[in-house]
Amino acid sequence: MRVGEDLNQALHGLLGDDPSVYVLGEDLLDPYGGAFKITRGLSTRFPDRVLTTPLSEGAIVGAASGLALAGEKAIVEIMFGDFAALAFDQLVNFASKSVSMYGRRVPMPLIIRCPSGGNRGYGPTHSQNLQKHFIGVPGLSLFEMSPFHDNRAVLDRMLALEEPCLLFEDKVLYTRRMYEVDELFTWELVEDVAVVRFDGDLDYVVIAPGGVAHRAIAAMRTLLLAHDLAGAVLVPSRLYPFDPTALLPLLGQVGLVCVAEDGSAGGTWGSHLAADLHPRLWGSLRRPIRLVSSADSVIPTASHLERAVVLQDSTISRAVLEALDG
Amino acid sequence: MNRLADEDLALLLLIRSFERKLLALFERGELNGTTHTCLGQEYVPVSLRPLLRDGDWMFSNHRGHGHYLARFEDPEGLLAEIMGRKGAVCDGVGGSQHLRRDRYLSTGVQGQSLPVATGVALHLKRHEPGGLACVYIGDGTWGEGAVYEALNMAQLWRLPLLVVVEHNGIAQSTPTELQMAGTIAGRAAAFGIAHTRVSSLDISEIRRQLAPLVETVRGGAPLVVEFATHRLGPHSKGDDTRPPEAVRTDWYASYQAEHPDQSARLEAAAGSRMDEIAEEVAARPPATWTAT
Repeated sequence: MRVGEDLNQALHGLLGDDPSVYVLGEDLLDPYGGAFKITRGLSTRFPDRVLTTPLSEGAIVGAASGLALAGEKAIVEIMFGDFAALAFDQLVNFASKSVSMYGRRVPMPLIIRCPSGGNRGYGPTHSQNLQKHFIGVPGLSLFEMSPFHDNRAVLDRMLALEEPCLLFEDKVLYTRRMYEVDELFTWELVEDVAVVRFDGDLDYVVIAPGGVAHRAIAAMRTLLLAHDLAGAVLVPSRLYPFDPTALLPLLGQVGLVCVAEDGSAGGTWGSHLAADLHPRLWGSLRRPIRLVSSADSVIPTASHLERAVVLQDSTISRAVLEALDG
Repeated sequence: MNRLADEDLALLLLIRSFERKLLALFERGELNGTTHTCLGQEYVPVSLRPLLRDGDWMFSNHRGHGHYLARFEDPEGLLAEIMGRKGAVCDGVGGSQHLRRDRYLSTGVQGQSLPVATGVALHLKRHEPGGLACVYIGDGTWGEGAVYEALNMAQLWRLPLLVVVEHNGIAQSTPTELQMAGTIAGRAAAFGIAHTRVSSLDISEIRRQLAPLVETVRGGAPLVVEFATHRLGPHSKGDDTRPPEAVRTDWYASYQAEHPDQSARLEAAAGSRMDEIAEEVAARPPATWTAT
């Protein structure tokens, strides 16, 4: 099954199982079914709870918060994750703060889905990964869709947190298959982290969000076949807050820990993660944690220019080689 | 002005005494942070009080003490919140402009609550028909895009949304003519939303005017009620830059002139009640907050 189909079925299942769940967003209605077809069929089955909205990201998230306050659960589709910036106030100053600013905990079961990422030629305002702008907001959790995490389980987990959650969905993943890995590697879940690895002693580990998983695995293949370096790729479902405790034994054994992400350089998720990991691994780290991301640049539209800016599998393999050689 | 029931006038004067007490406490350095008083605007929530039900949701703003007191008559809890004392409505976390109790909620960012109220109104329409979501905003709030996004949705989906505008002619320090093109009526009309202007300061007249209109909201017709009102005090504290000759119409001055005995009696009672409350609350231990 394709990742997008898995997400679509997860939404169908959730709406079918829980009559308090609403889905709001732009152009969701059938036959269109959302810009990336993730909501296809939902409005036909659940016309009362799947609402197509005006182009008003701030008010969509605000209205979803209102539904949550009144005891419902709401899932918002932001057509392109870039437009979550239009809902920044509602997310940061209302939905997230409401969980705790009124003294007692206020349940806010709310999911904001953000189709994200480049490599599709959509240009500077339709290709970004805005995760870093939402890290460190009290009451706000960040998740990322991955080919190794069942989308229904992730949706259920986010709603059970009863606080606003952003779900970043790399658009390229929608058409990739679930649970498919290169035959050179095996994978398993360690708590919420998918560990994709070479079966043997490891030279390095790459930590990567779901949208980067395939690029990291492709890099891992190159590094194994061309350079005889064995690695693992760790793909967490929840990016923030992120508890790496269960991974520490593995991370402590390898010669290099690298964090690879698709957002632009500077103030990144990886730098946050590295700051968290350095003191925990200080006694066993053999070199600094290596960070790799897209460039500090807008994302150009022309495909050759976009490739030069957006993180590629070659960016990751090069970084690992440089770090291990250095 | 029509004579008010003692109960109404006592509530109006409680709100006024509360706000005056806050300004006095600030002057004495006994309050932390900031506050925004509703002196002059007390009659707005008191007029609406009998027109709203317990099941209705209410969204207030930075200038919300009157809204809270008119709904709950809880000066102790509110003062404790503002002073960070035990018994605070929100354990001292929210303070003056972030209050939540039952179906009452205030936020400190202009325009933010309108989309939220729209979502609540959607829930009410589906599950509690006849209920409404009431949002208090000011004239300055109409600068925020969130207002228009929410009005559009509310009318599109025919939601029971009551927008109460306290148009006091001054957004912090900026007069309406420097911040608003056109009119609030014109803006409501652009969405096909009904608008009514309340220029009276007489509570009985206001209730007569609004009672049938509020019923239409319950049926799913959003409404904008624009009170032409007056902020007597500063925006916050000690920051009133209006010239002394600027018109500041006070409903109470007119009422007092026409009903001196009732006014004197209830004003004295409200004043001494607030003195006692302030003394009692100030003596309480600090509020405790268990971070969640």
